[in-house]
Amino acid sequence: MTLPLDYLPESPSQTAGPYVHIGTNPNWVEITGVWRNDLGLVLVGPDTRGERILVEGRVTDGAGAPVRDALVEIWQADAAGFHPSPAETRGQADPHFAGWGRQPLSAEDGSFRFETIRPGRVPYPDGRLQAPHITVWIVARGINVGLHTRLYFSDEEEANAADPLLNRIPEPDRRATLIAERSERDGLAAFRFDIRLQGERETVFLDM
Amino acid sequence: MSYFQRDRERHPPALTPAYKTSILRAPRHALLSLPTTLSEETGPVFGHDMIGPLDNDLIRNFAKDGGEAIGQRIVVSGRVLDEARRPVRGALVEFWQANAGGRYRHRKESYLAALDPNFGGCGRCITDDEGGYAFRTVKPGAYPWPNGVNDWRPAHIHFSVFGHAFAQRLVTQMYFEGDPMIWQCPIVRTIPDASAIEQLVALLDRRATIPMDALAYRFDIVLRGRRATMFENRPEGNG
Repeated sequence: MTLPLDYLPESPSQTAGPYVHIGTNPNWVEITGVWRNDLGLVLVGPDTRGERILVEGRVTDGAGAPVRDALVEIWQADAAGFHPSPAETRGQADPHFAGWGRQPLSAEDGSFRFETIRPGRVPYPDGRLQAPHITVWIVARGINVGLHTRLYFSDEEEANAADPLLNRIPEPDRRATLIAERSERDGLAAFRFDIRLQGERETVFLDM
Repeated sequence: MSYFQRDRERHPPALTPAYKTSILRAPRHALLSLPTTLSEETGPVFGHDMIGPLDNDLIRNFAKDGGEAIGQRIVVSGRVLDEARRPVRGALVEFWQANAGGRYRHRKESYLAALDPNFGGCGRCITDDEGGYAFRTVKPGAYPWPNGVNDWRPAHIHFSVFGHAFAQRLVTQMYFEGDPMIWQCPIVRTIPDASAIEQLVALLDRRATIPMDALAYRFDIVLRGRRATMFENRPEGNG
């Protein structure tokens, strides 16, 4: 007799729906007094180490229309490439860096903007260094399973060219959808990362 | 260490045309499949100290002047486990819902059922050492939505769960045992597998009821599991 393997199946995902912000950003939808601050709005403080940057973008659907009711989360390493997480075993992350941020998209134009720091490099499982990147996750009405993607930086050309993930994208011209364009604003580097859910220049989404 | 690949046959596909909003919000290209890296195997930590005493009590956490929300009083409890049956300790669980009449407290919501002045609709908790969580609320009402001309959502509570890794991030919905509208709902039916749908149906939990006070429902949540990386290309050996 063969004994069954004793695994449970993962709970299936469902859409976050149009009112996701009641649960994630209650103060933003004027449900005040339940808890003081919505989580994830601030990643950096005065003592955070590293180069301050801005990450900005817009989410659009298959008709090019802005997605105004989504929620975007980011997760990234600190300036030295360490994650503020107990699963980080290589070293101590910057105690003044949250690593995680979350924002509702603008109800006007579907835009988002995070103030963060440029992440350091993190090794791939085989030991090669990955190019600096930020993990991005999006849920919304009409999205049945949260979409994972990655933001890379246009001024890290050499690292990007050798990045294990970017090099696994089968269509080389689609790699550009993960590379945020640099500009300057108030003395800071600002990186533009537009997320196109469907159609022309559709963003590469990941199953990982 | 890496995380089990998601079983995409059990999750809904992106394009599910009977749920109309998915039509323009579903990527047309295949997802790029890769093993997890440290970027996905790590995740944010939320301390028990951020949780206020009423954060898991939706009957009182928005109520004014000692009032309470109107509706069927219920307790929802369960455990957060991973696919290898390990409890997920210290996980942040957030939830949100409509009131007893099916009305959400949100500026974009105009359903004619009344708001309850004592009900906000949001709560959160952090799982204990056994992965357990619990909250008190009122049972949400069914609610009509503009999809087909006469589509109604079954009573449901939305859940957002953080595990220990960003790879485990999950948003889902809980339904209530015996509700005939579960099987009619285009959002529920985005899930192709009936046994996967049943995993989202909370069972009436008679033993957890509070006599003369509240009924109880049991809802366990399973996040992605982790495997040891045996014989992988690591100079230091297997961790």
